[in-house]
Amino acid sequence: MARILSILVGLFFTVALAWSFGKGAYTQITEPPALTAEHEFHLHPKKVHFASDGAFGKFDRQQLQRGFQVYKEVCSACHSLSHVAFRDLAQLGYSEAEVKAIAAGFSVPGTDPNTGEATMRPGTPTDYFPKPFANDIAARAANNNAVPPDLSLMTKARHNGPAYVYSLLTGFTEQPAELLKEFPEAKTPSGLHYNPYFANLNLAMAPPLTADGQVEYGDGTKPTVDQMAKDVSAFLIWTAEPKLEKRKQTGWAVLGFLLFATILGYMSYRNIWAGKKH
Amino acid sequence: MSFPWAKEYTPAHPFMKWMDEKLPVPRLIYNAVGGGYEVPRNLNYFWNFGFLAGLCLVIQIVTGIVMAMHYAANTGVAFDTIEMTVRDVNWGWMFRYAHANGASAFFVVIYIHIFRGFYYGSYKAPREMVWLLGVVIFLLMMATAFMGYVLPWGQMSFWGAKVITGLFGAIPFVGEPLQQWLLGGFAPDNAALNRFFSLHYLLPFVILGVVILHIWALHIPGSSNPTGVEIKSESDTVPFYPYYVAKDGWAIGVFAIAFAAMVFFFPNALGHPDNYIPANPMSTPAHIVPEWYFWPFYAILRAFTQDFFFIPAKLMGVLAMFGAILVWFFLPWLDKSPVRSGSYRPTYKKFFWFGLIPAMAVLFYCGGAPAAEPYVMFSQIAGLYYFAHFLIILPVVSAIEKPLPLPYSITEAVLGKDEGAELAPSA
Repeated sequence: MARILSILVGLFFTVALAWSFGKGAYTQITEPPALTAEHEFHLHPKKVHFASDGAFGKFDRQQLQRGFQVYKEVCSACHSLSHVAFRDLAQLGYSEAEVKAIAAGFSVPGTDPNTGEATMRPGTPTDYFPKPFANDIAARAANNNAVPPDLSLMTKARHNGPAYVYSLLTGFTEQPAELLKEFPEAKTPSGLHYNPYFANLNLAMAPPLTADGQVEYGDGTKPTVDQMAKDVSAFLIWTAEPKLEKRKQTGWAVLGFLLFATILGYMSYRNIWAGKKH
Repeated sequence: MSFPWAKEYTPAHPFMKWMDEKLPVPRLIYNAVGGGYEVPRNLNYFWNFGFLAGLCLVIQIVTGIVMAMHYAANTGVAFDTIEMTVRDVNWGWMFRYAHANGASAFFVVIYIHIFRGFYYGSYKAPREMVWLLGVVIFLLMMATAFMGYVLPWGQMSFWGAKVITGLFGAIPFVGEPLQQWLLGGFAPDNAALNRFFSLHYLLPFVILGVVILHIWALHIPGSSNPTGVEIKSESDTVPFYPYYVAKDGWAIGVFAIAFAAMVFFFPNALGHPDNYIPANPMSTPAHIVPEWYFWPFYAILRAFTQDFFFIPAKLMGVLAMFGAILVWFFLPWLDKSPVRSGSYRPTYKKFFWFGLIPAMAVLFYCGGAPAAEPYVMFSQIAGLYYFAHFLIILPVVSAIEKPLPLPYSITEAVLGKDEGAELAPSA
């Protein structure tokens, strides 16, 4: 009885699935889904190497400082960095005085001590990076109806994030002729910009790094577009995970200890079971 | 069960004697995981995963309590409090990654533990209750993990909560009011986040309680073993301490190395990047997928694309998704074979290795893939086999297959001969 019941329940689910499969397969054959421009022209991020990659990876502090400079002079016009405080910049190798000076260079929302009214004041190391727009509506209004995303976690918020940021920054190009030939309706709308590394190929952000020498590096590195893109990507690896170095270093100590303990554990296991067939 | 040859707890120190009279906790421990618990001598490494599952529960509770000290269940700040924990709390990043990857480790261990049960017939009499409690633990784990994933209030948290609670909306008549009652609103918001946090903190302790029952129920018949032959004499067993303490001990080492490698070197490999984007009800992610450990059941949910007679496709999917787990409750009665271990069941063994395992692998893969062809078709075939396996193949095969001859005892299986066998009447 139980067996008949179970077989009936089994048939209920299997027949329903077979029915779904049959209909799905039939639709697939009679009306194969049309290919889309995204499907054919979207590219995976370029291969790029960062000093912080790999199990022994460490930040290149010189590069992080250059990347910060690119963020400050280019990206910060539109993109916030809300999880990072000025005090965190000490980790990039800036001295206390330098951090203070950098913070003071930004104006942050404050309160007038005399009137109690909202006002702006120079930043201090304990402040967080100020937002470039008061709210999302203001951000949309200024950016062709798109909100520039916060960059603090960007390299963790995209698949293969660091390479994605680098590829996106260096990937702006003309729409390929084959794309327009194959998908005439997929022409990049006005106000958007073609970039094959972006999921739907067209994004509201205009190419931010357009010419070599757009920022002036103090350490003598040549500020090519490629170099600036790489530097700012490295900086965003740090903003997304400031504890990356400590994590990897701790990992080796933990693994070393565990390996030692496991070997001891294995030896005592062998010792205790010696002579006991199992 | 206490076998007649099991050693009795004999306290030597006066304090331990006093303790044994007043509150015999040391005796309980001695009989549960000490020298007083006799265990089959032939357990293979698949039997280490029960102990490891207990360890995972402890890791999750300890790291979770620390995380809760720095977390605030409010949609306005939940995401930021997690980031604050990771950036500004001493070792906060380690607790966060250990807790997130700890959930994955727990599920890896539990899936191996469950499939050990499938292969070796651990669910069969006299251990039905152990099995039933185990399935209850698995369901509680799924609920806990789901609610835990909502707490960071990232994009996948929000949209995952929306999709999963939306499933209740498929229930006829009461679906929509039920869904609103569960969420405390029309969509996941502050009310939902608060109750999920409350339950996410409560359920692990409920799990702990059921785990204690699971182990209690296990100790009545004692552990099963790879031959599936019950314990007959003293030479079949070894005391848990020191034998299995030593074996579990070094298995913990191997587990901890793998776990540490994930936490310290690939902490985000199993997570979804979208959950590093704060929740935004106005922007739907391109592909909404749950955490990897839900993928097989998510694939089954999405495999039902057509209405079946008068039942809408969505309701079929929901029924099948829950049914896929609930069917495990009936295994002790669906499997009629007098032989327990898959090693002595040639036909069942083939269906296990060439049917169930590949079907699960396909469901795992397709559940994480986009809801598009050919993944949907693959999950339809794999899901079809899944239900056929438990509800049709297992009851039929177990009734008609001819099992291989069993060894007389565990001792005979290990040593090649058992003197007890010659004295026993031939069966």
